[in-house]
Amino acid sequence: MTQFTKSAVGVALALATTVASAQERSAVEEIERYRQALADGNPAELWEARGDALWKEKRGPKNVSLEKCDLGLGPGVVRGAYTVLPKYFADTDKVEDLESRLVTCMVSLQGFTPEQAKKDPFGGPGKKVSMDALVAFITSESRGLPMKVDGTHPKEVEAYEIGQQIFFHRSGPYDFACATCHGVNNQRIRLQDLPNLLNPREAKKAYGAWPAYRVSQGEVRSFQWRLNDCFRQQRFPELAFVSPASIALTMYLAKNANGGIFDAPSIKR
Amino acid sequence: MKKLAYLGLPLAAILASCASVPTQEEYRAKAIAMMKASFNEKGQAKLDRIDQDELQKICSIHPGGHDMPKEVGERIEKAQQALIKYPADGKYLGDWKQGERIAQSGVGKQYSDNPKNPAGGNCYACHQLTKQELAYGTIGPSLYHFAKIRGFGADIQRYAWGKVFNSQAFTPCSSMPRFGHSGILTEEQIRHVVALLMSPDSPVNK
Repeated sequence: MTQFTKSAVGVALALATTVASAQERSAVEEIERYRQALADGNPAELWEARGDALWKEKRGPKNVSLEKCDLGLGPGVVRGAYTVLPKYFADTDKVEDLESRLVTCMVSLQGFTPEQAKKDPFGGPGKKVSMDALVAFITSESRGLPMKVDGTHPKEVEAYEIGQQIFFHRSGPYDFACATCHGVNNQRIRLQDLPNLLNPREAKKAYGAWPAYRVSQGEVRSFQWRLNDCFRQQRFPELAFVSPASIALTMYLAKNANGGIFDAPSIKR
Repeated sequence: MKKLAYLGLPLAAILASCASVPTQEEYRAKAIAMMKASFNEKGQAKLDRIDQDELQKICSIHPGGHDMPKEVGERIEKAQQALIKYPADGKYLGDWKQGERIAQSGVGKQYSDNPKNPAGGNCYACHQLTKQELAYGTIGPSLYHFAKIRGFGADIQRYAWGKVFNSQAFTPCSSMPRFGHSGILTEEQIRHVVALLMSPDSPVNK
């Protein structure tokens, strides 16, 4: 906590410097400096700590913790689990990403109904949700490890192939697909750089940087949130939380990031 | 060994022909069915936004027109050109100042937008237009000095109108939305945007 306060002062100083010399540097460089200044004390640590406690807390109708939850590397193994997701799970006979697997465990272990487990997928102003905290904690336990999604089970193959089709699917009033903004090198929208997710180097970097603490929103945003908000801007209807399409698309993007070093929760504008 | 290899070949061939590896087309159909079951209607964004017209189908297979047979591209251009509605009074130019506001605004057609409010064109998201606005994107080419380079005549005005109304009529599988065809901008708004590009007084041409 003290370290966090110290970094906050550092951030304020860095911001003051930023404003003073804003006209001398390009806006893109400024954003990069701002990001680096903030990274010293990423508020995502608060979500990670809360998620760590939630993981061990006895909750739900069955009053048990999530500590026996199998995230893909066996019951209770959190370290490195995010690097193998999404993955096929025999108990549900489905491919699941982290968020959908957490829903499964909240239902099977803790006795929540699926509706209860999925009720608050994303935090907002004045609303801190347990899903964000659990996601922050579990992903932080894969920081520094290479992504290694298997993807060879027939259902994983199918999810990947369907995810690829979704990535290229153009429709809606703006004729947009994911590929419109994320399929070409060196593009930016306004001043925001757009990663080309078809370029292996950029795909690894981009996937490895989510979840992220969004400074502009004061929230840790999960990968499910990232996809949800991309589709909003794509002028699509609302992507349902842990829906099959969201998991298939995640499978496509996660597997394409294989070999990349996972480095999240990160911090973004 | 030889005998085995001999037997192996036809076996592999039989397996390949029997194996139920779905084609790209089958995966596409599965993806669309899955999307229909994975999105919820919200605000103005209904599930029919997942449906595709002919152009969207072709451009999903050939992103950015990549690997698209020449005749397919020409067919798209022709079909989309027929969909452009030019102004009945032949007046292409509105007020460039209003055009600038439309070019700045990214509002429109999202489920979080109020459909009663007019949409923007969000031109700056992808294009450089003026010297003053530095926060421009690079998905599309720079349009700075648009008319100064191409000329201020009626033919270029008409081209600019058509391009904003339906970009696919000029560049098949372009990333640019069809602002007129898809009902994003009104005829009056397109006039203002064309004025921003074409007016000699516009900062675009300064």
